[in-house]
Amino acid sequence: MSSPLSVAVQRGTDGSRIDRFEVPRQSAQTVLDVVTWIQREADPTLAYRFACRVGMCGSCAMTVNGKPRWTCRTRVETAAPDGRLMLAPLRNLPVVKDLVVDMAPFFAKWSAARGAFAPRADLDADFAVVPPATPERRAADAAIECIGCGVCYAACDVVAWRSDYLGPAALNRAWTLVNDVRDGGRQERLAAIAEEAGCYACHSHGSCTRHCPKSLSPTAAIAGLKRAVLRAALRGEL
Amino acid sequence: MSAARLFLLQRVSAAVLALAVLVHLATIILAVRGGLTAGEILARTSGNVAWFAFYIVFVVAAAIHAPIGLRTILREWTGWRGRSCDLAMILFAAVLLVLGLRAAWAVFAA
Repeated sequence: MSSPLSVAVQRGTDGSRIDRFEVPRQSAQTVLDVVTWIQREADPTLAYRFACRVGMCGSCAMTVNGKPRWTCRTRVETAAPDGRLMLAPLRNLPVVKDLVVDMAPFFAKWSAARGAFAPRADLDADFAVVPPATPERRAADAAIECIGCGVCYAACDVVAWRSDYLGPAALNRAWTLVNDVRDGGRQERLAAIAEEAGCYACHSHGSCTRHCPKSLSPTAAIAGLKRAVLRAALRGEL
Repeated sequence: MSAARLFLLQRVSAAVLALAVLVHLATIILAVRGGLTAGEILARTSGNVAWFAFYIVFVVAAAIHAPIGLRTILREWTGWRGRSCDLAMILFAAVLLVLGLRAAWAVFAA
């Protein structure tokens, strides 16, 4: 193959240390392959996170040449056509070590946005019939594929500006449940996200939608939440 | 007032302002075609209930819209939150309302 890759990796927790590695090229090499090579062949103290390696688990997300991406699904030739890679942990989250971030604040916001399904009170009712073609079902379908990788959260400038903003992933999850006709927690959920750190904080930059590896649109989900909250406010429910 | 209500007021006032600003801009363009004089303006507005009503709606919408938007910007960019910020914005709304209504009345009653 051609000349080795020049890889800079952010180390430690405060972003001040950058280590550089020369990594041999391989065909169809992913950025995760590069990180794994560094840890196995050059520096076993490098901390990073991965599990499935095939784009199902979402745990290998990092900042690759300034953009949040799944490293397992990012080919080196796509991310670094000039053979130079800069790897850093995901933005907007506390760094545990090197390329590993603490996802706890991210999932705490899912809880704050009432991201858990709340069964309706009529437990003795028959199975809910949810026709696939209804607008609610389609809206839920559009948002439900999120696997919680945190790429959108790292891409979001509003999260960077105000740390209490719930963020695109939590709001996208809330939008899925708002459209779930079986869910009984709609009013509490709308109240939780109708705060200034909720859907109103979104500037509609679209960074989340631009970077989502699943091609979801949290921007559209948040816009939908704004409309749902407006309707609830007009009915006097909020 | 809840964030949802503020958002609603902001959007409704924006819809009103969108129309009002268009009328305002069209009026400016038409009014200056033959040169701009105080006399010409007052000839249009003096005693004209339609223009008076239009400017009242315009002023009220602006007095609602601007402080809510400014409050959001202040909270996000300066971190000024809480009661003092809200009171300052209510004061700002009152100033806009008084100055605007005073001007509308002046060109109507002149």
